[in-house]
Amino acid sequence: MSAAAERRTDASAAGAAPDAGLVAELEVERGGFRLDAAVAVGPDEVLAVLGPNGSGKSTLLAAIAGHVPVDRGEVRVGGRLLGGAGAGEVPLAARRIGLLGQQALLFPHLSALENVAFGPRAQGAGRRDARAEAAGWLERVGLAGFERRRPAELSGGQQQRVALARTLAARPAALLLDEPFAALDVEAAAGMRRLVREHRAALGIPMLLVTHDPLDALVLAGRAAILQAGRIVDEGPIARVLGHPRTPFIAALAGVDLVEGVALDAATVRSDGGLVLRAAEPAGLVTGAPASAVFAPGSVHVRAADAGAPAGGAAAAGEPSANHWSGTVASLEPTGGGVRIVTAEQPGVAVDVPTAAAVALDLEAGAALAFRIEPADVSVRPLG
Amino acid sequence: MTRVVHAPRGGIAVAGRFPGWLYLPAGLGAAVLLLPLAALLVRLDWAGVPAAITSPEALQALGLSLATASWATLACIVLGVPLALVIARSGRGTAAALRTLVTLPLVLPPLVGGIALLSLLGRTGLFGEVLAVWGIRIPFTTAAVVIAQVFVALPFLVISVEGALRTAGTRFEGVAAGLGAGRFTVFRRITLPLVAPGLLAGAVLCFARALGEFGATALFAGNAAGTTRTMPLAIYTAFNGAGVSEDTAIALSLMLIAVAIAVLVLMRGWRADAPR
Repeated sequence: MSAAAERRTDASAAGAAPDAGLVAELEVERGGFRLDAAVAVGPDEVLAVLGPNGSGKSTLLAAIAGHVPVDRGEVRVGGRLLGGAGAGEVPLAARRIGLLGQQALLFPHLSALENVAFGPRAQGAGRRDARAEAAGWLERVGLAGFERRRPAELSGGQQQRVALARTLAARPAALLLDEPFAALDVEAAAGMRRLVREHRAALGIPMLLVTHDPLDALVLAGRAAILQAGRIVDEGPIARVLGHPRTPFIAALAGVDLVEGVALDAATVRSDGGLVLRAAEPAGLVTGAPASAVFAPGSVHVRAADAGAPAGGAAAAGEPSANHWSGTVASLEPTGGGVRIVTAEQPGVAVDVPTAAAVALDLEAGAALAFRIEPADVSVRPLG
Repeated sequence: MTRVVHAPRGGIAVAGRFPGWLYLPAGLGAAVLLLPLAALLVRLDWAGVPAAITSPEALQALGLSLATASWATLACIVLGVPLALVIARSGRGTAAALRTLVTLPLVLPPLVGGIALLSLLGRTGLFGEVLAVWGIRIPFTTAAVVIAQVFVALPFLVISVEGALRTAGTRFEGVAAGLGAGRFTVFRRITLPLVAPGLLAGAVLCFARALGEFGATALFAGNAAGTTRTMPLAIYTAFNGAGVSEDTAIALSLMLIAVAIAVLVLMRGWRADAPR
């Protein structure tokens, strides 16, 4: 246990800065790609970094972990300067940053127990203490009884849980998760997510979760940062960043429709494309000022255009009625459990219908459809 | 215990069918390899075999061969693993240059190796004169046998281990360092175990090559019974030797073949239950 005590003093030794979290300001250039990002994660916080493939998410984590050299900037954990241009790089072994990636990367020649015991052993614990500690971690990730298994004898989900145990057993000062659920099947991913969630509070260390799946962010993180082409384009509480995205790009990532336009009144937005959306809750929009409306593609009601009265019969001539529009199908593509419709008239607006409804509508390109959305399903806010 | 997928055993899969006439060159290839050895067995005077292979000279040569080949293999491991590591971890250009240099002894006739070793360590060689001042004489000693064997066998180990290192990559080493392991711990607990199968295969090849080494040994170490006359030299001596029958040479050859087969079989046994 002396090793653990030593680690603790080590962590607080250089602590001039009061900030106990993870602070990274980095510039990294690699083969034409440039990452220029700053993140700050509190000691008990989980920050989700969302972005598409190639946006620099993994580079960001690799640079913080010390696997990729940093051109400018610095990384601090608990006030301890770990690396950056100029400052002498702290060797990888002394950084104490846990990194869990898409692949478990368990040492193939060691048993599950020895894999988990590796960190404590490398940090000076005796063989017996390290094994006892490792057994405890395996139990905590639900793998008691799997101690002697080789990685090749474990399922993908089990391997990833051993990897989590191995990372945590090394007592990291910060934890970086690089799409740790992406390579798992749905069930294993759910189990793994639950596990990280369970340990999140108890660990009390800053956690950075990189993902392209908004679900990960919703389940695990309090704040989200959006990384696009090497830069952070938005950052804030999950509910704000994903619930009402700032840009069409983030909206696409979050899987919602974002319509930008001008406010007609405190609760209504008219898009440049002629769409009028009214929210049930007024959001203090200023008439004539830029505003945006957001809704889920699945909350839109769809019917064939020629069935029944024209949409919004009460509307004034020439003015489309709020929350009603029509269009002809331009493209159809499958989503999980349904079909996504994009119309020629509103190319920026996706509408999802369940498979059964799609069959009933006899969907095909060129079909004329009428759309309607409840005001309760629309949220509006001023732009800018 | 379940293991990772094995290739289907027994017969060639339907998808892997090839033109039937290819059996002809394949059979000829096998004949080229095996017929000479078969001829050896046919020619052998079996009655004389026990006496030939239990003669003090034969046993002495065998003992010397096994001992020197073992020392040479050990030296190859101690020197070759670090060399392989340096090559595997250097940049593409440097690695290619180093690999070419290391492979050179493989393509050189061993006789040239013997001459090269003499010009370095011979009495009038580059280092030989300096060593002579210290009273150290290397040529025509058992040490010279080992050095000659290392010279010809080292490339096998380096190539084998370097390949294993490249296959293993550096990802596991990065993970280990991230868990707090220093460089030596990473080398000892991750790098070495990961390349163990390659190291073993390399060591076996090394040993086999050292066991069969003749040319460099003959020039650099000579042919003194008891100190430098290894099995190949004993066979050569018996074959050319005055008074000794050619049958002795054949019997000794058979012995060397048996040892080589034993080594290869042993390796197969080890590799079957090697980790991963």
